[in-house]
Amino acid sequence: MNPVLHPLTLVTFFPLLGVFVLLFIQPERKNAQRWTALITSLITFGISMWLLAEFNAKDPDLQMEINLPWIQVAGWNISYYLGVDGLSILLVLLTTFLTPISILSTWTAIEDRVRDFMLFFLLLEVGMTGVFLAQDLFLFYVFWEFTLVPMYFLIGIWGGPNRMYAAIKFFLYTMAGSLLMLLAILWLGIYQGTFSVPELIAKGGIPADIQLWLFLAFAAAFAIKVPMWPLHSWLPDAHVEAPTAGSVILAGVLLKMGTYGFVRFNIPLFPVAAVKVAPWMALLAVIGIIYGAAVSYAQKDIKKLVAYSSVSHLGFVMLGLFALNPQGIQGGILQMINHGLSTGALFLLVGMIYEQTHTRDFAVYGGLWKLTPIYGTLMLIVVLSSMGLPGLNGFVGEFAILLGAFGSAAIGSPWYAGFAAIGVILAAVYLLYMFQKMFLGPEGSVVEEVKKLGHSIKDLNKREIVTLVPILVLIFWIGLYPKPFFALIAPAVDKLVAAVQSAAAVAMY
Amino acid sequence: MVLSEIVTSGPDFFYLAPWVVFFPVIGLLINIIFGGRMGEKAIGTVASTASGLTFVVAVLLVLSLRAHPEGATIPLAEWIAIGDLQIDWAFRVDTLSVTMMMVVGGVGTLIHIYAIGYMHEDVRYKNDPGRYQRFFVFFNLFIAAMMILVSGDNYLMLFVGWEGVGLCSYLLIGFWYDKDTLGRYSIDNAQAGKKAFITNRIGDFGFLIAGFLMFWAFKSVQFDTVFEAAHHIAETQTGMILAITLFMLLGVAGKSAQIPLFVWLPDAMAGPTPVSALIHAATMVTAGVYLVARSAPLYTLVPAAQGTVALVGGITALFAATIAVGQYDIKKVLAYSTISQLGFMVAAVGMGAFVAGMFHLVTHAFFKALLFLSAGSVILGVERGHHHAAHGHHDEHDDHAHDHEEVFDPGDMRNMGGMRKTMPVTFWLYLSGTVALAGIFPFAGFWSKDEILAEASALNFTVYILLAIAAFFTAFYMGRQIWMVFFGEPKHEAAEHAEESPPVMTVPLMVLAALSILGGALNLPGVGTFTHWLEHTYDKFSAMHLHHGEFNLTVAITSTVLALVAIGISWMLYGRKPQTQGQPDPLKRILGPIFTGMENKWWIDELYWAVILNPYIVIARFTADVIDWRFWHDWFHDKVIAGSFQWFSRTFLDSWVDQRGIDGFANGLAEGTKELAQRLSGIQTGFVRNYALSVFIGVVVILGYLILQ
Repeated sequence: MNPVLHPLTLVTFFPLLGVFVLLFIQPERKNAQRWTALITSLITFGISMWLLAEFNAKDPDLQMEINLPWIQVAGWNISYYLGVDGLSILLVLLTTFLTPISILSTWTAIEDRVRDFMLFFLLLEVGMTGVFLAQDLFLFYVFWEFTLVPMYFLIGIWGGPNRMYAAIKFFLYTMAGSLLMLLAILWLGIYQGTFSVPELIAKGGIPADIQLWLFLAFAAAFAIKVPMWPLHSWLPDAHVEAPTAGSVILAGVLLKMGTYGFVRFNIPLFPVAAVKVAPWMALLAVIGIIYGAAVSYAQKDIKKLVAYSSVSHLGFVMLGLFALNPQGIQGGILQMINHGLSTGALFLLVGMIYEQTHTRDFAVYGGLWKLTPIYGTLMLIVVLSSMGLPGLNGFVGEFAILLGAFGSAAIGSPWYAGFAAIGVILAAVYLLYMFQKMFLGPEGSVVEEVKKLGHSIKDLNKREIVTLVPILVLIFWIGLYPKPFFALIAPAVDKLVAAVQSAAAVAMY
Repeated sequence: MVLSEIVTSGPDFFYLAPWVVFFPVIGLLINIIFGGRMGEKAIGTVASTASGLTFVVAVLLVLSLRAHPEGATIPLAEWIAIGDLQIDWAFRVDTLSVTMMMVVGGVGTLIHIYAIGYMHEDVRYKNDPGRYQRFFVFFNLFIAAMMILVSGDNYLMLFVGWEGVGLCSYLLIGFWYDKDTLGRYSIDNAQAGKKAFITNRIGDFGFLIAGFLMFWAFKSVQFDTVFEAAHHIAETQTGMILAITLFMLLGVAGKSAQIPLFVWLPDAMAGPTPVSALIHAATMVTAGVYLVARSAPLYTLVPAAQGTVALVGGITALFAATIAVGQYDIKKVLAYSTISQLGFMVAAVGMGAFVAGMFHLVTHAFFKALLFLSAGSVILGVERGHHHAAHGHHDEHDDHAHDHEEVFDPGDMRNMGGMRKTMPVTFWLYLSGTVALAGIFPFAGFWSKDEILAEASALNFTVYILLAIAAFFTAFYMGRQIWMVFFGEPKHEAAEHAEESPPVMTVPLMVLAALSILGGALNLPGVGTFTHWLEHTYDKFSAMHLHHGEFNLTVAITSTVLALVAIGISWMLYGRKPQTQGQPDPLKRILGPIFTGMENKWWIDELYWAVILNPYIVIARFTADVIDWRFWHDWFHDKVIAGSFQWFSRTFLDSWVDQRGIDGFANGLAEGTKELAQRLSGIQTGFVRNYALSVFIGVVVILGYLILQ
């Protein structure tokens, strides 16, 4: 097949076509730029649907691989190697799904330098999709670092008052971790003679003590991205300052790059180390769950509350992944998607009211449900999804994760999952607190404030509803009938679990 | 189904079971989509019909079970399947689940019909008729969730319903989310809803842990699989079943409002009265009792767990009854009464008297729904009287009812009195509910409560004493209520002008009254219809043998005497010489500080605030503001890391290494980067440039080492 028309190449780089078109649209023709970006991202989503149709859910291995030599100097063997399997297919779809939604959410929110905004947004999509598809470590690293640049500008140019600080902190913090990963990648490339992930996994044979160091070097990059407690300090800044669409993508996809990294690289490349550190990862995850929930509850800023809730939610994902059993890992991967949907929707919803009120301070809100019944109802559904109400998506993932972690041999004790389950109570505490502060009780002072500006608070318009409906459909779908989603994940996870178990068994005897 | 088939093998409508969930879902969808354009009558009719159809299905299932008592499992779809974990959407039809369906569908439908009238007035007194539609959407949603709870074939599906009804409870307690119980603008009702949800989540935590333990012990959470293997697990894994059942008890304590998690239920009375009747008296709160009855094959294996459950039920029954004595709000009395009666049921199923517990669950659904709805009728009657009095004779419509200078509480019994004259129908209905609850022969409550007491006297004497005293208090506080509300002279002009409720409200009540009077016939001593009915569910498990509660004349006479004495005392205190307005409660003179304790609910809420809630808030704030922000974010990251790096780059690299050493080499690159960055963003601090430079140097050094070594 022509490498350019290969489905994986297409789905990754198609947004570049939109970037190219954007360059030729005059800066003042804002709607044309918006439509260009939206249509580009929709076509990209269409391509990812084609990918899904071609995808063989029963096959546990990489599919639709494309592997071309790229940089071949001094014995280095770097290739343009893309492939998709059950670990990544849903994340690719999540990326192509959330990008058009985010673009649609900027329709009236972004008025300033629309072309540049859309340009960076599409570039960001290229980077993210590439991260989930790259099967060559060097290529992965390039995509990984590449995503930093557009995000840096999205926060730094279109962000809130403290955007410079947040953008630089985001950039430096994540890059610092990546450097350690780069070292580990170079070590692997030099001593194992290849950067190809499947080859590295097949080769194996890295001594246990070196595995541990390499594991930690990769983990440094990923743990910052997730972010795992206590490396979360960049997150509230980035989220609070980022424009709505940036927050949606940040929470929805970029954080998943971290958790994905663990499941794609750390666990299969260094299985012995993974088993060894599993209880420690679980410990950090559980601390993150409780800590994130408590800190969320104490926030006075709506966006910050949602930001810290990610620390708690992604703690669940990490706990599931390091349960190293099918329930935990499948639950963890599904929960990545769930978190992308529900937290993405939360940021969208918060952005929609912020556009009208220009404040995120809880103290001034109250009684909105009466004024904006559609907005209130949709927020309620998303809040319930986020707190894991059975019948909605969050529960399925959380339940599988906790169940897996509870009986995990690698974690070794049910106490971790037991404490993590307290996070389920605390999630209800901070999310219902948020819902109550904004929507229940008598009208807050913000209603008067907005009136003074000469307009009143309006319910969601058609565009905003259209933005949210696809997410809501998935919230119910995954909650009631997650079978098709698990079916995509299952074979690859089973293979991974089997590989980890045999590697760990070999290491022991 | 073909008629001849029905004739030969009996009706088999088991396949209809999923419709107990589908009908209310269809009903709520119709009301969501078209409700805005439909009138109130149509909305109420759609919702009531949806609920009524579930009752029809339940009746058909009863008929089918009579022909095929072994029941059936109706699978619908696979839900979660990961490795050994296989959980389906599947409906269980057996005599236990269908009993619950009958109660939910039957009582639920009556309350739906009543609510058509009640909410019509309620939304007008609260000046927001738009919320009528929302009420019936939530009400149908509740029926759907409750039906999932009782018809699920595995613990996880039960849990879906379990949390689903919790959500409906949250939404309906906070139905007037911008008001307090007196209709003033406030956050109070919303707060009550949140309290209910979160307290229940604490219980659900126990449920979840029980589920995890169960899965890893049994590799399943499906009822039959678990129950069949229970014996084996009990022998091989010591303590496992005990742990499962005790964690489950935490869930029971949450949902069925038992000690220590009962605190949410009294506050739940903030919801409209039909909600209190349906959710917080007749159905949802009995889910915990159902859970224990359903898990009977597990509980009967561990006497220690059974004893704990029974004791929790017994203590709750007595404790809540004492609080009911000291309440002045007509619904609060009934709320504590409900907690107390749930204690009876929990104690019964805890002791292993599953039939007695379920029997009381059914009769209690009848008479407590009746009492709550009659109380609602009283409250609306007083409200009507209040409006009548406040508006005098001119009929002008007042759009600002909540702006009344005087705050009037239509539920305060101290404002009532003499209402048997103004609301005679309601009075008789209330009275029949009261005698049923007080356990007077031959009303429904007598039979079911007596069966529990008789079982307790044989199985667990401590619990018997607790329950007998609780029964005494029950008769007393109900007597007190009757005298305060319906006898004596009106203590407020609103009570004086109270008006009777319309037939749409009173007719469903008459049906409930008939059931409260005759419901005992379900399981008369010696006949035992209900016992034989439930046996079919339990006989499957060889380990289980149901107690055939013997009728115990001594127990029956003792409890009847106790009840009559209690009513007598209540008459002496409240009936003989009616109080006047503003006079303190007569019991206060006699009991002094003890009555103050009852009045103040023994300060349990205050205790929880002091021990759990406030500490959590303080810890959360401290963690957020001090640890996470000032220490970790501001000091460690900004001062220590960024600060020292800035020193390193500015002082060390920039002035020493960069300018003197590598400048020439890196000049072009650095300038290029700088220009590009400026043009793109206008962000240029020099910070990123230095950083990039140091990264560049680092990578060069490392690469060089690796390649050259």
